[in-house]
Amino acid sequence: MLADNRIKTVTSLEAAPAELPTKGRSLWRDAGRRFMANKAALTSLIVLIGVVLFTIVGPYFAKWSIEKVDWSVVGNVLHAGAPSLETGHYFGTDEVGRDLYSRVIQGTQISLLVGLVGSAIAVIVGTIYGAVAGYFGGRLDSAMMRLVDIIYSIPYMFILILLLIVFGRSFIMLFVGIGLISWLGMSRVVRGQTLTLKNREFVEAAIATGSKPRDVIFRHIVPNLLGIVAIYATLLVPEMILLESFISFLGLGVQEPNTSLGALISEGAQTMQYGTYWQLAFPLVFFITILFTFFFVGDGLRDALDPKDR
Amino acid sequence: MIQFILKRLAVAIPTLLVLIVVSFFLMKMAPGNPFAGEKTVPQSVLDNIYARYGLDKPEWQQLAEYIYNVVFRFDFGPSFQYRDRTVNDIIAQGFPVTFTYGAWAFVAASVIGIALGVVAAVRQNSWADYLSVGFSIGAQVVPNFVMAPILVLVFTLWLRWLPGGGWNGGHWSNVVLPVVALATSYFANIARITRSSMLEVLGSNYIRTARAKGLPGWKVIFGHALRPALLPVVSYLGPVFVGMVTGSVVIDLYFSTGGIGQAFVNSALNRDYSTILGITILLGALTITANLVVDVLYAWIDPKIEL
Repeated sequence: MLADNRIKTVTSLEAAPAELPTKGRSLWRDAGRRFMANKAALTSLIVLIGVVLFTIVGPYFAKWSIEKVDWSVVGNVLHAGAPSLETGHYFGTDEVGRDLYSRVIQGTQISLLVGLVGSAIAVIVGTIYGAVAGYFGGRLDSAMMRLVDIIYSIPYMFILILLLIVFGRSFIMLFVGIGLISWLGMSRVVRGQTLTLKNREFVEAAIATGSKPRDVIFRHIVPNLLGIVAIYATLLVPEMILLESFISFLGLGVQEPNTSLGALISEGAQTMQYGTYWQLAFPLVFFITILFTFFFVGDGLRDALDPKDR
Repeated sequence: MIQFILKRLAVAIPTLLVLIVVSFFLMKMAPGNPFAGEKTVPQSVLDNIYARYGLDKPEWQQLAEYIYNVVFRFDFGPSFQYRDRTVNDIIAQGFPVTFTYGAWAFVAASVIGIALGVVAAVRQNSWADYLSVGFSIGAQVVPNFVMAPILVLVFTLWLRWLPGGGWNGGHWSNVVLPVVALATSYFANIARITRSSMLEVLGSNYIRTARAKGLPGWKVIFGHALRPALLPVVSYLGPVFVGMVTGSVVIDLYFSTGGIGQAFVNSALNRDYSTILGITILLGALTITANLVVDVLYAWIDPKIEL
C-alpha cells in the first residue's frame, strides 16, 4: 500500500501537490478502512443499524399498542395468540394477550437506550475523571483512583437493586444507578492512557507555550484519547444491556406496562412450558443479536484503532 | 507477604464499611415505613414497635450498633417482614443451598474450563480447539438467565431427564441444572483464557529446552507449562466468584431452589429492608473477601509480583 503511493507520487510529480492533501491518511481514515475490511465487524454494524431502524420504523406497522389486551386471545393464547399476519400479532401475544411485536420493539428500544446512556455517562464522566487524575498525578491521582477502587469492589448489582427498591422503579433511577457505576472502568483506562500521553513532546510543547492545565487536557490529551474511548464505549454498551436485563429478569427493572428485553425473556421463560415458545424466542433473538453485533463492532473497532496492531 | 496482605486489607475494610454505611442509609432514606398498615395505630404502640427494633435511637447510634452487631456478633437483627424470624434465620436457611450448587459450579467451571483450555492449546486447531473457541464466543452473549430457560426447555420439557426446579434436600438431580446454568459462561471464559496463556507459554524458550532435553510431552505440559499458564486464570477467578454470587440470584429465582437469592428478591419485593440489608452486606463481604483471597493467591503463585 505504502509502496504504491510512493510510486504514484514519484511518477506524477506535477499533479502531486494538488492530490496529496485529499489523500491524507489520518488515524481515523486508516481505522475506517481497516474496519471496512473486517467482514464480521462490518456485517454486525449493518445488522445493528437494521435493528435500530426496525425499532424506529416498526411501530408504524404495529396494529396493537404495548398495553392493549386482545380479548379474543385471552384464555387461548397457545392457539389464538400464536404469531400470525392475520390477527396483526406478527410476533404473537404474551400470556395476558398483549401484542408481542409492539412489546419487543419497546423492549429493544429500552435496552438500546440503557446501553447508550450508560455508555455516554461513562464517556463523559470517565474521560474527564481519568484524564484529570492521570494529568495531575501525585496525591490527587492516588486519592481519586483509590475512590474508584473502593466503588469498584462494592458489589454494585445489590446497590443498584437497593436503589431501585428505595427510590421506586423508574427509568430515571435505572439510568442514575447504571450511570453511577459505568464510568469506573473507563476512568481507569483513560488514566492509564493519559499517563503515557502526558510525557509526549506535544504535551510538553503545549505546557511550554503557557497553556493552562484545562486547555492541555481538553485540547491536547482528550482528543488523543478518543480512539481508546470509542472502543471501550462500544464494548460497554452490551455490558450495560446485560446489567439492565439482569435486573429486569428479577422483576426489579422498568415497571409495567413498559417493558425491556430482560423482562420479556423472563416472562417468556416462565410460560414456555405451556408451549408458547415464541414468547421466549422473539425477545431472545433480538437480545442475542444486539449483544453479538455490539461485541463484534467493538472488537472490530479495537482492531482498527489499536495502534499496537498496526 | 504480611505487608502485602495488610495493604490489601487496607482497601478491603474501608470498602466493606462503605458498603454497610451506604446500604444502611439507603434503607433509612426509603420512603414509607415498614410498619405502616391500613389501621391507624396508637402512638404508644408505634413507640413500642420502634423500641423493639431499636428505631427510637438517633440514626448514628443505630448505625454504630448495627455495625457492631454484624461485625462482632454476626447478628443482622430481626426481619421486618416475618415477626418470628431473624435475618440470621433467613440466611441460615438459604445460604447452604446457594453455597452447595455455587461451590459445585465453581469447581466444575474451573476444572472443565482449565482442562478444555489446555487441550485446546496443546492440540491447536483440532476439534477441541474449535469447540472451546466456539463456546467462549457463545457464552459471551448467553447470560445465565438465558441459559437457565434453555436448559429447562431441553432437559426438562423435551428429554424429561431432570426436574426443572425445586431443591428436594439437595438431591443430585435437582442440583445438576443449576450448576450447569451457573457454570457454563464461566467455564467457557476460563477455557479461553487458559488456551491463550497456554499457547503463549508453549511458545517460550524454556519449553523448547524442556522438549529438547527429551522430556515426555505430558511432563512438559504439567511440570513446566501449566503453572505459569494458570496465572491469568487465577486472576479471573475473582470475577468468576462475583458472577457466581450475583448469578445465584437468577438461578435461585428461576429454579426455585429456596436459596439466598430467592430470599433476596422476595424481601426486595416485600420491602423487608432489614433482610435486604443483611443479604447485601453478606454477599458483598463474600465478594470482597474472595477478591482479597485471589489477590493473595496471585501474589503467591507469581514470583514476579513484589510483596
